[in-house]
Amino acid sequence: MQTIENGQPAQTTETTATSLEVKNLSAYYGKHLAVKGVNMNFEPGAITALIGPSGCGKSTLLRCLNRMHEVIPNARAEGEVLLDGQNLYEPGVDPTDTRRRIGMVFQRPNPFPTMTIVDNVLAGVRLAGKPPGDATMEEIAEKSLRRAALWDEVKDKLHKAGTSLSGGQQQRLCIARALAVDPEVLLMDEPASALDPISTVKIEELMRELRGAYTIIIVTHNMQQAARCSDYTGFMLAGESATGELVEFDSTSKMFTTPKEKRTEDYITGRFG
Amino acid sequence: MGLKSPSFRKFWNVFMILISALCCVVCGIVLAIVVAFVISKGYKALNWNFFTKLPLPVGMSGGGVANAIVGSIEIVLMASLLAVPIGVLAGIYLALFGRGHLAANVRFFSDVLTGMPSIAIGIFAYSLIVIPTGHFSAYSAAIALAVIMLPIVVRTTEEAVRLVPGVIREGALALGIPAWKSTLLVTVPVARAGIVTGALLSVARVTGESAPLLFTAFGSQFWTKGFSSPIAALPLVIFINGISPYPDWQQLAWGCALVLVVLVFALNLIARLAFSRRVSAN
Repeated sequence: MQTIENGQPAQTTETTATSLEVKNLSAYYGKHLAVKGVNMNFEPGAITALIGPSGCGKSTLLRCLNRMHEVIPNARAEGEVLLDGQNLYEPGVDPTDTRRRIGMVFQRPNPFPTMTIVDNVLAGVRLAGKPPGDATMEEIAEKSLRRAALWDEVKDKLHKAGTSLSGGQQQRLCIARALAVDPEVLLMDEPASALDPISTVKIEELMRELRGAYTIIIVTHNMQQAARCSDYTGFMLAGESATGELVEFDSTSKMFTTPKEKRTEDYITGRFG
Repeated sequence: MGLKSPSFRKFWNVFMILISALCCVVCGIVLAIVVAFVISKGYKALNWNFFTKLPLPVGMSGGGVANAIVGSIEIVLMASLLAVPIGVLAGIYLALFGRGHLAANVRFFSDVLTGMPSIAIGIFAYSLIVIPTGHFSAYSAAIALAVIMLPIVVRTTEEAVRLVPGVIREGALALGIPAWKSTLLVTVPVARAGIVTGALLSVARVTGESAPLLFTAFGSQFWTKGFSSPIAALPLVIFINGISPYPDWQQLAWGCALVLVVLVFALNLIARLAFSRRVSAN
């Protein structure tokens, strides 16, 4: 599969990032079917955006990928999520292992309030088990903060509370925290929707820097953001009885210029949603 | 519904604020009168002997209530050791996992237990522990007080843990941190100040309880001989000495009342400080 970005062929994704594939995935809240029969193949090392109106199930789908969906009472998922060929929904797969391999960044920055900046970054490493390798805690913290483009801003106040940072910094702290456990995939659930425009730009720059090293999947309300940042775009829509389905999934340039589906075109051109 | 004129709304606003302020003042005055009365009557009893000596027979001056102070601390400490760990864990369970019938019942019975008259809990401990064992004891008193503390600790812990935003717990789970570690090492520490506050308030509540102690601790004029013997406690001294006809004894009762008020005040103050620190930290 060739990657296209803004109409130009992107640099070929030479990557060690892991493949992620979704087969016939359905998600339920109790008896309500929220997402129905999704099939997707996420390009390793690329950025895939999930767009669609509110309530179309894009966040639910995202949360199914690292088994965070089932954390909600009575929520469950059916189907297959294949990480590097292994089905994460097979009986016997430990969801905590899955979540270590597939990191997640939430809509609202959620640094742990009782912890310092450096403790926040290392929380996963300390409490979920050290990633392979013989790096010291300090090295992991610095590397993660550098990758999240936050190091220069916080290197002199590592032992201040994580909640003392600005919203945009807090979100990059959460990205650093997710990267510290050395995941293979990074899920981002509207990571910039609670942030100001400048912080949003920084998060988007950061995503482009992480591209290639991680398979990134981002849910966004912001179509411009999807067009700017992603290599691939999936458009979801909730049909009758509020059940979300994947309408179309293609390279971002095709999705935003020559979509196959009328509904995609209507949404992207702003005719609804 | 017609619109009221601005001047009428302003008058009504000022009027209601004055009524509210008046109610606050009434509450404050009642507290002030009680405290002032206890201080004015009690301060004369407070001296070195009061805190260090045993009670003396009628007519002899220089006695104290050292055994009752130590006894109260001992009973309340034992009760806390029983009630706080169980209550905190139950509260965490209710806040994070409790959804079924069991949780609903625990919540309901906790609320009922909170409103239970303490004398009923006293007679419960009396018939369940004192009669079978054949003697009054410190531990029966501690169990009675623990029963009173338990529902307070359970519900305040539940409320405190519930206040922790769900995204904090989800953030921990999403890092691959096991659920039990996410709960105990990430979520609960955020609620720590609230949990400590609840525990301290429950301690403040039972420190002044006298009815359950009448059936269990019984009181004593001497140093306690152990957990299974009758034991002195401040509320019991107030009760027994306060209704006695001897002015010396009545004086001691006022002294004990003052000590209790100061103790409860201090516990409330500590609880409040712990809480305000949490707010400013965020």
